[in-house]
Amino acid sequence: MSPKIFSKSLDLTFSTNDGPVHALKDVNLDINEGDFVSFIGPSGCGKTTFLRVLADLEKPTSGTVQINGVTPTVARESRAYGYVFQAPGLYPWRTIGKNIKLPLEIIGLGKQEQKARVETVLKLVDLLDFEHKFPWQLSGGMQQRASIARALAFDADILLMDEPFGALDEIVRDHLNEQLLDLWKTTSKTICFVTHSIPEAVYLSTKIVVMSPRPGRIIDVIESTLPSERPLDIRESAEFIAIAQRVREGLRSGHSYE
Amino acid sequence: MRSLVSICVVIGALIFIWYLAAFSLNSTWALDKAKRGGLELSSKELIFDTWSQDKPKLPAPHQVGVELWKTTVEKKITSKRSLIFHSWITLSSTLLGFLIGTSLGILLAIGIVHNNAMNMSVMPWAIASQTIPILAIAPMIIVVLNSIGVQGLLPKAIISSYLCFFPVVVGMVKGLRSPDRIDTDLLHTYNATNVQKFWKLRLPTSIPFLFASLKVGISASLVGAIVGELPTGAVRGLGARLLAGSYYGQTIQIWSALIMAAMLAAALVGILALLQKLTLKRMGMT
Repeated sequence: MSPKIFSKSLDLTFSTNDGPVHALKDVNLDINEGDFVSFIGPSGCGKTTFLRVLADLEKPTSGTVQINGVTPTVARESRAYGYVFQAPGLYPWRTIGKNIKLPLEIIGLGKQEQKARVETVLKLVDLLDFEHKFPWQLSGGMQQRASIARALAFDADILLMDEPFGALDEIVRDHLNEQLLDLWKTTSKTICFVTHSIPEAVYLSTKIVVMSPRPGRIIDVIESTLPSERPLDIRESAEFIAIAQRVREGLRSGHSYE
Repeated sequence: MRSLVSICVVIGALIFIWYLAAFSLNSTWALDKAKRGGLELSSKELIFDTWSQDKPKLPAPHQVGVELWKTTVEKKITSKRSLIFHSWITLSSTLLGFLIGTSLGILLAIGIVHNNAMNMSVMPWAIASQTIPILAIAPMIIVVLNSIGVQGLLPKAIISSYLCFFPVVVGMVKGLRSPDRIDTDLLHTYNATNVQKFWKLRLPTSIPFLFASLKVGISASLVGAIVGELPTGAVRGLGARLLAGSYYGQTIQIWSALIMAAMLAAALVGILALLQKLTLKRMGMT
């Protein structure tokens, strides 16, 4: 089976006023269909940049990236993925329902189809009663759920998520992590998930990519041995702690020579 | 309630200062007149005289009020002496100029935001256009347009739009460029076209900027319309009233035209503020 997402000797250098910044160096990674991959690392390790390269929001300096066997640009043009940003990024002049319709309007779906899809994804994120509310009328967690619903609405089989729960408190975050796992199981999408949090990465992923800054590179790729059924208290199990330990060591080794 | 009280206090204070100023500016003439006639004025007579002259340097508020009342309520609207009639003349060219100027401003802003060549070339000209005194260019616009057979409302409206397009260009360029990075990135991931980006993101984001510009623009339009009436020897319009008043030393007439223009501007800006409130409320952006 050819990998869903494939990156080989990927390099990306930003030129800034203070000279070039080596954001990604020699990134090699295979992601298979149905994987839940977390990217973890300190700020500046290039995890968001890598996600943005996949989304065709940044252009690599050299190397190959393929999504579904084509370049990110072609993948974007064929709407191969949904992207969830750090902030909800809901348009304040649109209601929740209208925000979710935004990608559907751009694709040019029929009104009936739009309505049906909005209902489906609102049910998925448990926001059915909030279709006609404006974003400011919702809490931060609900707004982020709405933005996930928007990314799900046009039913791409890849979901790219850039620290979607970074700004939320721990209780809301736990709850959303559980919901996200459910969602992943029911939709069998391929998910790339950027995070700062070790427990979040270990809890969610089938594959954990540990990254390190200056230059941004991959230090370790951990295949999770946790079962697919994951109640929240799995985080106290020995297996979970062992994986978390390995992630922590990877992060530490990335820092050791600074 | 509290704001109403403070507004009344401020207006009261202004009127009080106005009466004082009218007394001190007009007293010289009153005293001279009394001296020539060999009369002695009591201070009470002096005060009343300064507030009731026919051609005072500064008419007292009640004189302007009476003049306003006589020329609006007591005159037929069709009469040449009705201030409502003159206001309408000025208002019509203000509104036409506002329409032309706003459309031009929005179109230029769209061009500037989407086209780099326009971005580099149009803005300096727009700024340069505003450094030319409108009083200098207004007669030329009238003369040039007249020579190609355009007369009446349109030349005045064009002078209005000359003043009005600029704040709209500046505000709309800023507004159309104001979407956050994340919001434009989002549309990029949907592979949206520039037209879709404009209608679904840039335009809605720019609405608050648009209204701010429109409020500046409509008062600039009114100034343009009045200035447009001055060099043309117009016989109709608030500008014409100002001009006629200054020819004949009719200060009361000048002041009532000024007050009328101010009230007109306040009303126009007020209407726009109301529209802004309704629009933003409908857009969920209170």
